[in-house]
Amino acid sequence: MFLVPFTHHRPASLDEVFETLGRHGDDAAVYAGGTELLLALKARVLRYEHLIDLKQVKELSGIRVEGKELVIGALATHHQIANSDVVKAHVPAYAALSEEVANIRVRAAGTLAGNLAFAEPHSDPPSLLSAMDATLVLVSPGGKRAVPMRAFILSEFTTAREENELIAEIRIPVTAAGEGFAYRKFGHLERPAVGASAGCIMREGKPSYRLWFGAIGDHPLQATEIEDAIAGVPATSLPDVLPRAARDCAAGISTASDLHGSADYKQHLASVLIQRALAAACEAAQNKGGANA
Amino acid sequence: MLDPTHIRFVLNGAETELTVDAAELLVDMLRGPCKLKGTKRSCDVEVCGACTVLVDGLPVSSCTTLAIDIDGKKVTTIEGLSQNGKLSKVQQAFLDHAAMQCGFCTSGMVLATTALLEQKPHASEAEIRHFLHGNICRCTGYVKILEAVKSLV
Ligand SMILES: Cc1cc2nc3c(=O)[nH]c(=O)nc-3n(C[C@H](O)[C@H](O)[C@H](O)COP(=O)(O)OP(=O)(O)OC[C@H]3O[C@@H](n4cnc5c(N)ncnc54)[C@H](O)[C@@H]3O)c2cc1C
Ligand code: FES
Ligand code: FES
Repeated sequence: MFLVPFTHHRPASLDEVFETLGRHGDDAAVYAGGTELLLALKARVLRYEHLIDLKQVKELSGIRVEGKELVIGALATHHQIANSDVVKAHVPAYAALSEEVANIRVRAAGTLAGNLAFAEPHSDPPSLLSAMDATLVLVSPGGKRAVPMRAFILSEFTTAREENELIAEIRIPVTAAGEGFAYRKFGHLERPAVGASAGCIMREGKPSYRLWFGAIGDHPLQATEIEDAIAGVPATSLPDVLPRAARDCAAGISTASDLHGSADYKQHLASVLIQRALAAACEAAQNKGGANA
Repeated sequence: MLDPTHIRFVLNGAETELTVDAAELLVDMLRGPCKLKGTKRSCDVEVCGACTVLVDGLPVSSCTTLAIDIDGKKVTTIEGLSQNGKLSKVQQAFLDHAAMQCGFCTSGMVLATTALLEQKPHASEAEIRHFLHGNICRCTGYVKILEAVKSLV
């Protein structure tokens, strides 16, 4: 399929991006890897007179640790994140997730920021970033603001981002000693049918748990029912309460039968995957928030 | 509105300058003005890998990459792998193991394998399967392809 002609812009700074966006308004779109945007343009689902390439904007690049946060610049690709020693050392479960996104070509070109901005529900990062309590930093000509990942995705293809805002960076709390996170997913198409993310946080010998589902709804879903049912239960006793709580909670998720599977199949996946994710998170927490996958 | 842009890049080792339209896709530039027909277009949605080329050593889907985005980069297509008429190690292994049937997926498979071995010269079978899972062989000749790649690690 061919692309409908457009004018291309390659600004070198955020100021220039906003200047170009300001001039062309709704007729312009930014892109990084183009792995989502170009597909939508080829399919004639979207149409823009102006495309603005973000890849030369230095302010948006880089992966680094600042204090207790890992900071991932908007231009970081899934491949760079998966292979970054900094990410592997400080937020290992997120590095592992990145290696499982899409295929190598999409990972090599596609960015985490592009994934989040597009908000296609069948996506891996949002549920784990929610469990990790990550924050998105949005930038506009008026300045910056931080939005929690948990409040960023509103529904399919819809986010809390205003039209004149860009994602500048994603900030993830560094996984500390006694903490463990894990992500599990399943699907038979390119993208996940269901994803499940778990966190296990040990404080003075007492565990607390964070559980989120991804892809099964139109935004990440916190599994509060399971969290409540297992609150304070030590990891070794989870098998007594978790299976029933997971089954009951998953059965209550509202999801439609679609290409990815029937509704009850996806609910079953959700129940199984959240249990596996939590088991892996607890193990990682025990290994001192170290090498979890 | 056409938006012609001048780009400079290294194509299979040779400095190259071209004027492309902003909306031109890399696969069309390679198969058209560059006359390199080894790059195939199949799914057109980044799923199958037939259109794989290496950009700065990493596989990308040329079906969904803008030609102007390779400005300043190094591009390797299947035509760039052999040296002085001698097949690359990966090409030779695919030949020795008869790892192709119709051949439509082969340039993508060979280029993806080349990138994998660059990163992981001793990739395990699991790593090979993981890296190549986005390259589809519609003839389903995966066993021979895996044998060919395993012979290289
Ligand atoms: C075949 C295929 C398989 C996939 N499989 C998976 C999968 O298994 N799991 C998964 O999670 N994802 C999957 N994806 C999605 C993939 O993660 C995204 O395509 C990719 O991350 C998008 O990044 P990009 O830089 O290419 O975005 P672009 O295509 O460049 O941009 C996407 C959208 O985000 C906007 N945008 C980009 N950057 C910014 C920014 N900094 N600020 C504001 N807006 C911005 C653009 O305007 C556009 O609307 C798959 C995609 C494909 C094509
Ligand atoms: S044709 Fe590009 S990935 Fe299939
Ligand atoms: S050999 Fe025919 S598609 Fe792979």
